[in-house]
Amino acid sequence: MFQIVRKQEMARGTIIRFDINAPKIAKKVKAGQFVIIRVNETGERIPLTVADKDPFAGIISIIFQVVGKSTALMRSLKEGDLIKDVVGPLGRAAEVENLGTVLMVGGGTGVAILHHVAKAFKEAGNNVISIIGAKDLEMLILENEMTQISDELVITTDDGSYGQRGFVTQPLEKYLSERDDIKLVYAIGPIIMMKNVVKLTKKFNVKTMVSLNPIMIDGTGMCGGCRVKVADETRFCCVDGPDFDGAQVDFDELMNRNSLYMKDEKDSLLFSIR
Amino acid sequence: MLDHDVKYLKFKTYLNTYCPHCHAGFNVEKKDVNQIELKAIYKGEEIDLYLSPYLDVFEIESSADIAKDGVVDDLICPHCKKSLLNKEVACGECGSPVAEVIISALSGLIPFYLCTKYGCEWHGLTKRDERRLKLKIPRQDMPEQDQTLRVHNFQEVPYGYTTELALLEAGRCLQCKKPLCVEGCPVNVPIPEFIALVAEEKFDEAAKKIKETNLFPAMCGRVCPQESQCEAKCIMGVKEQPVAIGRLERFVADYERKMDLVKVPIIKENTGQKIAVIGSGPGGLTVAADMRQLGYSVTVFEALHETGGVLTYGIPEFRLPKSIVQFEINFLKELGVRIETNHVIGNIHTVDELLEEFDAVFIGVGAGLPTFMGLEGESLGNIFSANEYLTRMNLMKAYKFPEYDTPMPKGHKVTVIGGGNVAMDCARTAKRTGADEVTIVYRRSRHELPARGEEVHHAEEEGIKFKLLTNPIKYIGTDFNTVKGMECIKMKLGEPDPSGRRRPVPVEGSNFELETDLVIVAVGTGPNPVIFQSTPDLKRNKWGYVDVNTDTNETSKEFVYAGGDIVTGSATVIEAMGAGRIAARAMHEKLSALRNKNTKKAATSKQ
Repeated sequence: MFQIVRKQEMARGTIIRFDINAPKIAKKVKAGQFVIIRVNETGERIPLTVADKDPFAGIISIIFQVVGKSTALMRSLKEGDLIKDVVGPLGRAAEVENLGTVLMVGGGTGVAILHHVAKAFKEAGNNVISIIGAKDLEMLILENEMTQISDELVITTDDGSYGQRGFVTQPLEKYLSERDDIKLVYAIGPIIMMKNVVKLTKKFNVKTMVSLNPIMIDGTGMCGGCRVKVADETRFCCVDGPDFDGAQVDFDELMNRNSLYMKDEKDSLLFSIR
Repeated sequence: MLDHDVKYLKFKTYLNTYCPHCHAGFNVEKKDVNQIELKAIYKGEEIDLYLSPYLDVFEIESSADIAKDGVVDDLICPHCKKSLLNKEVACGECGSPVAEVIISALSGLIPFYLCTKYGCEWHGLTKRDERRLKLKIPRQDMPEQDQTLRVHNFQEVPYGYTTELALLEAGRCLQCKKPLCVEGCPVNVPIPEFIALVAEEKFDEAAKKIKETNLFPAMCGRVCPQESQCEAKCIMGVKEQPVAIGRLERFVADYERKMDLVKVPIIKENTGQKIAVIGSGPGGLTVAADMRQLGYSVTVFEALHETGGVLTYGIPEFRLPKSIVQFEINFLKELGVRIETNHVIGNIHTVDELLEEFDAVFIGVGAGLPTFMGLEGESLGNIFSANEYLTRMNLMKAYKFPEYDTPMPKGHKVTVIGGGNVAMDCARTAKRTGADEVTIVYRRSRHELPARGEEVHHAEEEGIKFKLLTNPIKYIGTDFNTVKGMECIKMKLGEPDPSGRRRPVPVEGSNFELETDLVIVAVGTGPNPVIFQSTPDLKRNKWGYVDVNTDTNETSKEFVYAGGDIVTGSATVIEAMGAGRIAARAMHEKLSALRNKNTKKAATSKQ
């Protein structure tokens, strides 16, 4: 059993942060790696990327958006409650090295994952430029944390309620056309955002890593549910990823696969309400 | 001349006896008595003689007192009054004259000999006839759940033998002097010995006998491919059907468990050495049990939240009830084995880190990486690997969705690709979750189906369709990116490949479309990369599995052993157990030697 030591609601209560007591995992987890959580006996196995860690206190932080039954169930948990299973770290860590200048692009809850990766790049001595986006001001998360680890930070909102109006791709294009010292772009967020970022960076010929979040059951390479096509090969996100070279990822296929369980999710929610 | 090397009948069978001359029956069946009635001449007088029809008891009653060791002068048929003595045969025990009666016990008519000396319990058949008698007992089927009912539930299909059926089946064993069945078993279970104990109704002892070499008979009896292992070698199988070894194994194991006769064995003195076992599947569990009993402290690391490996996530409830798997694992816990779930070795600890804390490591992580065929449209919705499908159903209990949160893959026309046990499991699971039609597509013919015969038989009974000599070449999707059909091609069997199986080759132009809304790909698995990613110095063979010394199952890293599917590729539960046993033995030898050396060193340094 794993205890929730702190709970924080963000973005009108639709995005939640849990700090979970998991000392073994906290000691081992690296940026880009994820954990799988099963709240109770009847629960699903939910893959969630680790947003931060404190190995000394034995704490890992996860940030999730409430999208279905299982995440709704997670929101109902309180500080001090216990989670049945937390397994991790899973997946391969982001390859972090000192490249000079790197550009971090995050959207929505993707900023949570981006934060851990950006922090690692900062700690490795890079000059970190970050662009984070959200629908509006209230949906924006981790602004303070991102400010602390970024040398430059640009914020965009779709409706212009905060920062620049528009999508993350607009400041990204500006950076790419103005600066030629950007060695790497890391994009984490909605699939459509990552797809558009990659489209842009391809034009400027800058290597771009993306972090994928497909449907997953076991997270240990067993089910193949998380298969994605990368460079025309079937790869498993849980053991070969979750980070891949964005230029080689088939985003359309990923988008199709991720929308497959919409109806089941609705049935499951209705059942839990009944 | 008859072969005089005759034996006692070892099984309890009701015998019908007849006169060899007039063919009238000797059996009398009254209200409470059930006897064989004969006349005898004793000291010149005619007396009545009554024998038990269960000749293993062979009780004799007579109308006159016969002195102990007294020999009757003659035995006479009460109907035709002719003598039954047969001068060509003598008693195998005391050499006295014998009488011949004809018996029919689930067999044809066979001469059967009775000693004329009172008190001598010899009775027998010639070796040849004994064999004939046993052959005629048909292989006993297990009572099963009705096939129309069972496709609506997940309860186990066969109920297992009753005591009567088990005794009858055990009686079929010829008790060969050189038992080939034992050679056919990967862990060499003493098969004739345990069956003899069954025949003597010593079921508990029989279970303990099996456990000398196989710790998990309740599971093996259910999932071993007996027809290609022990039962394939059974002499009875040459002319008739082999002895149902697996069913007997299951019977005694179930008996032991249900009667609460399982005892925690005595554990040897603590050696002070520690063993880490990676994976709680059949191989890992065997190593854990063996090493614990030898006095090592054992920790098992399991990646999932539930223990049992393939026994839990792979094999469905209706074939191997999870309560049995958990019973065996609880047994391990009682032995004092520590079990850590949710530990993915390679990530949370590397093998090298384990070696710092433990004296030896066993890798039994299985071959869990599903294989896809690389066909066009494979990423469409409702195309699952067998692993995903079974994991959802068995481990996550998706068949209870929405009570359990994991969604259940549903389809009206389900297609399963592959012909192994996993394919059968998927097909039968799909049927149980309400599919209207389930079809297995397999590229070879029925003869080559790698699944257990019983599983194929059950699948057929449950209405699973087989499209044999057929291979998929492309998936066809709907506008919503889910699968709606599969383009297939007919195959024919060509020349044998190196494995001896005839290679299937496509028949040009025989393409056709198969309508389907759920596809399960059960075409095998490969090695999971996690352990290799973190242990680069672990040597792999040319197929990508762990390379081991086959005598010891030690890997290229000292003190690191491996066994099961991660060494051999997809194989069977019992083979993984066999590999675990070899590793445990080698580990024990090596660690004992090390221990002795250290104690010697300590002793000399004290001096």
